[in-house]
Amino acid sequence: MLKTAQDAPAQRGTQQTPQQSRRSGPLTGRRHRRVYALVTAVLILISLGSTAGILFYNNPMPVGSDGWWLIAGMRRDSLLTIAVVALCHAMATIAFQTAVNNRIITPGIMGFGSLYTAIQTGFVYLFGITGVVMLVGVPQFFLQMAVMMLLATGLYTWLLSGKFSNIHIMLLVGVVLGGTLGSLSTFMQRMLTPSEFDVLTARLFGNLSNARAEYLPYAIPIALAVAVVLWLWAPKLNVIALGKDNATNLGLNHKREVIKILLLVSILVSLATALVGPMMFLGFLTAALAYQFGDTYSHRHLFPLGFLCGYAVLSASYFVLRHVWDAGGAVTVIVELVGGLVFLFFLLRKGRL
Amino acid sequence: MISLTDVSKAYSSSVSIGPVSVDIDAGGITALVGPNGAGKSTILTMIGRLLSLDSGRIEVAGHDVVNTPSKAIAKIISVLRQENHFVTRLTVRQLVSFGRFPYSKGRLTLGDEKYISEAIDFLDLTDLEDRYLDQLSGGQRQRAYVAMVLAQNTDYVLLDEPLNNLDMQHAVAMMKQLRRAADELDRTVVIVLHDINFAAHYSDRILAMKDGQVVEHGTPAEIMRDDVLTRVFNTDVQVVPGPNGPLAVYY
Amino acid sequence: MTSTLRQDIAYTSRDILVDEQRSRRRPLLTPSFLLAVVVTLGLLAASLLVGQFDVFAEGNFWMFGITRIPRTVALVLAGASMAMCGVIMQLLTQNRFVEPTTTGTTEWAGLGLILVMWLAPTASLLARMSAAVAMAFLGTMVFFLFLRRVSLKSSLIVPIIGIMLGAVVSSFTTYLALMTDTLQTLGIWFQGSFTGVIQGRYELMWIVLAVTVLVFLVADQFTAAGLGKDMATNVGLNYTLVLFMGTAMVAVATGVTATVVGTLPFLGLVVPNIVALFRGDDLRSNLPWVCLVGISTVTLCDLIGRLIIAPFEVPVSMVLGLVGGIVFIGLLLRQRRKGGLVT
Repeated sequence: MLKTAQDAPAQRGTQQTPQQSRRSGPLTGRRHRRVYALVTAVLILISLGSTAGILFYNNPMPVGSDGWWLIAGMRRDSLLTIAVVALCHAMATIAFQTAVNNRIITPGIMGFGSLYTAIQTGFVYLFGITGVVMLVGVPQFFLQMAVMMLLATGLYTWLLSGKFSNIHIMLLVGVVLGGTLGSLSTFMQRMLTPSEFDVLTARLFGNLSNARAEYLPYAIPIALAVAVVLWLWAPKLNVIALGKDNATNLGLNHKREVIKILLLVSILVSLATALVGPMMFLGFLTAALAYQFGDTYSHRHLFPLGFLCGYAVLSASYFVLRHVWDAGGAVTVIVELVGGLVFLFFLLRKGRL
Repeated sequence: MISLTDVSKAYSSSVSIGPVSVDIDAGGITALVGPNGAGKSTILTMIGRLLSLDSGRIEVAGHDVVNTPSKAIAKIISVLRQENHFVTRLTVRQLVSFGRFPYSKGRLTLGDEKYISEAIDFLDLTDLEDRYLDQLSGGQRQRAYVAMVLAQNTDYVLLDEPLNNLDMQHAVAMMKQLRRAADELDRTVVIVLHDINFAAHYSDRILAMKDGQVVEHGTPAEIMRDDVLTRVFNTDVQVVPGPNGPLAVYY
Repeated sequence: MTSTLRQDIAYTSRDILVDEQRSRRRPLLTPSFLLAVVVTLGLLAASLLVGQFDVFAEGNFWMFGITRIPRTVALVLAGASMAMCGVIMQLLTQNRFVEPTTTGTTEWAGLGLILVMWLAPTASLLARMSAAVAMAFLGTMVFFLFLRRVSLKSSLIVPIIGIMLGAVVSSFTTYLALMTDTLQTLGIWFQGSFTGVIQGRYELMWIVLAVTVLVFLVADQFTAAGLGKDMATNVGLNYTLVLFMGTAMVAVATGVTATVVGTLPFLGLVVPNIVALFRGDDLRSNLPWVCLVGISTVTLCDLIGRLIIAPFEVPVSMVLGLVGGIVFIGLLLRQRRKGGLVT
């Protein structure tokens, strides 16, 4: 109902909140703030609990002995890997979905995983089982990251700059290229001996034990640096989420900002992929949870929530599956399946894309 | 003043614009009218630098819209397109606060809050400011968008068919509010309208387009004539005196 | 803007339905069509003759009947029916980037296959095929359901989401295969190839002939249904029935082909679009052409696969994936230059 101009002042007079308390903010009102704080607290509790569980549960050595510390140290590396992966996927997905203005698509579809698979399969195809070993090591880790970055940068500069820039076409070309790479990999895989294939499969599925401790000193600073930049850009991201026209109206060079964001996203995704292997729906899951719990436009509120969701989900399932049920390899598969189910659920909700 | 010099644009196979050269004076409301596909919205979005030009030059208050940094333009022109959907859920006040982004860069000062409150009050959204956009009616939502561009506090406000999907009551209310924005807040409002009678009653100048060209430009009195409107709209139009000024009758 | 466009389409489609004879048929038996028939027949003859085994040597002719003829028949049927699947889905969704591999249908069929392999390892080919068809039907319905529930800003979002949907489904499939230790088998088996299509296996392919023929009879109803439920009802169509029929046809063709041959990526997308490039957008009058081009594309890709690293074979799906992917990207870039992104 539209109020007429005359009765507007009258209603303004009866308003509960005094004029000076009218403030704009990412969280609306006390209730919203309380929900946000509560969710954050619960997530932190889950994270702390599973962190402690992973570190100390069922350590066979006597407490405090050298062996005990050794095992705890190895477990700490797993936790750091989980943290890096959660940070990369959560921030990359939220930023990506903002840049492409769509909350269903994830950066995982852009062919990062297919490229990783193709590299790994190609090495095993060419060099046999030693091929897998040849890809282990810090320089190789960076090389794989660089190849993935190169593909992404090539795509963005080719399809997003210039007169005919169109983000959906860029995405679709990325997806199709990924599919083509995928069929190349499948072809190479069928030429492998079963034992070669077994070795390869272990690398092809996101697996937290793929990450080697020597990568972490490099991976952690890179991930943190990118995360800090995205954090600083958060106000811009808030505006970009309003779409191209509104962002331009508010004074942003939309095309340039989107390319910049996507470049950072590709650093994060290729880092996580080179670290543990391709994961497509972890990011989707964490981002979806962050939107659901946070219910805000503010990326400074969404990013931490997304990271916490990712860390809580990954570490809790790692703890339960690895230390309680002794099925550590299945962690990422399970998380991916859950993410896939959530994706299906979101797909069939009514909405606008 | 908004001045277009030899502006042209091949928008799609069916719509191509120009070359258009026209000056729109500062102050008041200027309405862009014309048949479908005439290029009204295209011209408006090009002035608002949401769409690039193929050739020519557009200046707003002496600034070239293509070469001046987007940030600076955002303090001179604000532009609102007709379709707005967000992936995020926003309250009215959050939406309007985005209008201050060119100044605040996301860090709202007390001064910004004052502008935001004023824009909200100006469009009678005071009681709705904490409601989410998806809880509002179409007319209320349209006012929230307009409040955002008003909070941007620019001299020039460009609106693409703001009356679309509004019923009679809300359309009239919207036009009255825009009229007040022009008169009380000293904004130059350029607006694409479908209804020639709305344009005649509420605007100071009418710019009629057809086939990508500006065919008429003048005061409502100059445009509201049988021969002019018949030519512009490709259909027989008769202008008859009404209780509040001339009325175009085309059926 | 969109609504006016829809109305235009509606009027056109009503014209088509009301006075079919007048507006529809462009002459079919043109010289170029006859030439295309000759080229297709030539390719099929080549498919019969090419191979490592010398079928014309003394006493070897029985191999011809066991391998070459089944393979060539399968090429014809798979090529025609998968291209038709693309047409059906494009008509129903009014989106030219939709086909079984960009909607997840193929992956659902694969899930059906692996489920049977897991639950009943000894099941017959027919039972596996039924499972593939059933799951393909379910998957296609899920996709259509999704399309009806959301309003889309861009037609390009549809294939992106379809491919993601496919990825979800295939991650389930992969998980099951991992558990049952059949991952490599699955890869080999699911990668489309006509190598193993011999007597005793190819006969099932005759089922998809029915789909191909049926498309010719009911294509107009798909066009009308593609305009949405209201519009279809308006022209006197049982929308739900048509949608079900279309889904069933796609499911049968995809499921059977997936069981016997494997996936044929992008075929249903590339063929109708290529035909539309040189014959215009009237999908209905393009049908015979789609059939022919579908057959010759698959046959050509199969021949390339057989010859390129002879005496080994490259699976046809890999050739198709590569060629189809490139053509698909070419179509996208062409679309980009035109700027128009309406279906």
